[in-house]
Amino acid sequence: MGRVLPAVTCAAMLAALYLVFMVVPTEQQMGIVQRIFYFHVSSAWMAFIGFFLVAGASAVYLWNGSRAADRLAEAAAEVGVLFCSLVLVTGPIWARPIWGVWWTWDPRLTMTVILWAIYVSYLMLRAFGGADEAVNRYAAVLGIIGVLDIPIIMVSVRLLRGMHPAVITRNEGGSGLVDPWMRIALLVSAVALVLLGSWLMQLRARMGRLGEEMAALRREEEARHGEVA
Amino acid sequence: MGDVGIRGAGGAPPPLVAEGLVRAYAGVRVLAGVDLTVEAGETLALLGPNGAGKTTLLRVFALLLRPSAGRLALFDVDARSAPPALRRRLGYLAHESFCYPDLSGAENLTFHARLFRVPAARERVDALLAWAGLETAGRRPIRFYSRGMSQRLALARALLHDPDLLLLDEPFSGLDPAAVETLQERLVALRKAGRAIVLTTHDLDRAAPIATRTAILHRGRIASVLDSRGADDVAAAYRAVVAGGR
Amino acid sequence: MRGALVIFRKDLSIEWRTREGVSSVLVLGLLLLVVLTVAHDAPPEAAPALAPSVLWATFLFTGLLGVQRGFLLERENDCLAGLLVSPIDPAAIYVGKLSANVALLAVMQLFVVPLVGLFLHLDLMPVLPALLIVLALGNFGFAALATLFAAISVRVRAREVMLPLLLLPLLVPLLIGTVSATRSVLAGGLALATDAVTVLVAFDVIFAVAGWLLFAYVVRD
Repeated sequence: MGRVLPAVTCAAMLAALYLVFMVVPTEQQMGIVQRIFYFHVSSAWMAFIGFFLVAGASAVYLWNGSRAADRLAEAAAEVGVLFCSLVLVTGPIWARPIWGVWWTWDPRLTMTVILWAIYVSYLMLRAFGGADEAVNRYAAVLGIIGVLDIPIIMVSVRLLRGMHPAVITRNEGGSGLVDPWMRIALLVSAVALVLLGSWLMQLRARMGRLGEEMAALRREEEARHGEVA
Repeated sequence: MGDVGIRGAGGAPPPLVAEGLVRAYAGVRVLAGVDLTVEAGETLALLGPNGAGKTTLLRVFALLLRPSAGRLALFDVDARSAPPALRRRLGYLAHESFCYPDLSGAENLTFHARLFRVPAARERVDALLAWAGLETAGRRPIRFYSRGMSQRLALARALLHDPDLLLLDEPFSGLDPAAVETLQERLVALRKAGRAIVLTTHDLDRAAPIATRTAILHRGRIASVLDSRGADDVAAAYRAVVAGGR
Repeated sequence: MRGALVIFRKDLSIEWRTREGVSSVLVLGLLLLVVLTVAHDAPPEAAPALAPSVLWATFLFTGLLGVQRGFLLERENDCLAGLLVSPIDPAAIYVGKLSANVALLAVMQLFVVPLVGLFLHLDLMPVLPALLIVLALGNFGFAALATLFAAISVRVRAREVMLPLLLLPLLVPLLIGTVSATRSVLAGGLALATDAVTVLVAFDVIFAVAGWLLFAYVVRD
């Protein structure tokens, strides 16, 4: 079982790369740089999946104190932030040649930044909140509140005046996937990144478990030394 | 002093039944399997070296901490599913006073009386302030209280709602001999009226006269339980446990 | 919710005794307002347009400092444990503290908002009722989240920086909503602000309920 996920992920990634760079035709308006769109959107989907997993795992952890759920929440948050960062990096790379600006406060980008900030603060709480076990509970509360904020963020960013209206129609061009190969490429890219995200989460959760086991072993050692002395 | 109502114990469930209580903190087992039963009308003195887990155990009994494993039943109600109202029957005294520094003694007691829905709160607060020797000081913010005064106020707070089970963490600390005697008298009266009392202490001489049983907590477990004896016997047993428990 | 009322009255009593919370929040609000106004250094014609952002930025940062107090005072003598040993529901503690924070922040708003009008050459009287509604919605939404996270932040390390760190990203939609609503109200009344007000109401309801449900997990060990 441990070998299947990495193998399938590699296969999917290779398929995605092949499709995106070899098969899919060059988009008419935007040119070659449009190819980044497939990974940009897929990363966004994976980030969302990660954040919803954080909320779900956090709820389970609050409910029954399951260590596995807590480790999954932490792993999902890290992976979510990773993919959210990818969205924020690939976005400007895509935008610069097309609109001439590196950044704009249009609704989708603003929402992505806010989400990124929420889950970065989640990671900071876990990192700097101290050694008390209660911090896990606090992080779980934050994970749930973060997800509850998502629909409100989506609606509120539409209130922003933003920059030039013409810019906003950009991402709607994403639905202008004229060639069937474009849709296939998007689907395969999405699958590949979700598999990659899952694999990373699995590894990270395992790291968490090993870390806890090591800490327990270390404490046993110290206790034993204390007895001998 | 007066006003201590009698509670009939016949056939009622024991106030406290603990089975295999475990409490771990950062992986360290502070409580490693505590079994204990406390009946109505008894005073149990809990002894143990520092770090044995006395305060932790009392906090678990007071429903402030959840045990990592094991069962706790208070008046036959499982602690995990305890309704908030169950807390009306518990009185807990901690090392901290639970009182707000900027409010007066009377205001603090009135506040807790409201929290616990104490009937005839005004009279009850005045009665307990008198018992604690704080009639005049009761009007001043507790920020200005001495150690002994704070302790007496905290005791008044714990006794305010006339709980059936009293959990007292080092009740005698900071008290002068007269105050110790007043407290001892009160606790004996409460016990005879059917309450259950668990108290922790470092001072055997003060606890032994009023304890009906003594339990020794060592390394997170109840190492031994003794029926009421003189302070010297208890001290000897204590030393034996601590020395022999390697 | 009787327990919530008892706690609310107790907080008011303490505040009345010391006046520490109200005075610090009023002074801080004034200082922040001055700093923001001076930093913008706008000419008189341009100043009114700044009002929504200056008002809510002041509110947000003053509020962050003001709500910490509510739980810091429960730390002395472990008073929070005193509340948890009592028969009241932890959710009642949340409601009590939330009410106290709303009251404190309302006092701050009543002081700061007229000053905004003064400093930025803005006549607030014609739109006062609508403005009060927006102020109330923003206040309540902020307090709903801030009360929950203040309880968290007083119990973790890096306390001073943790509360803004956790709260500010979550509050951005509230900020967007309040600034937009204030701008619309100043332009022509509540009717223009319906979208923004909807966002605010949704925010308030969702996070008040969430705070109510999740608070017990924060305070109970």
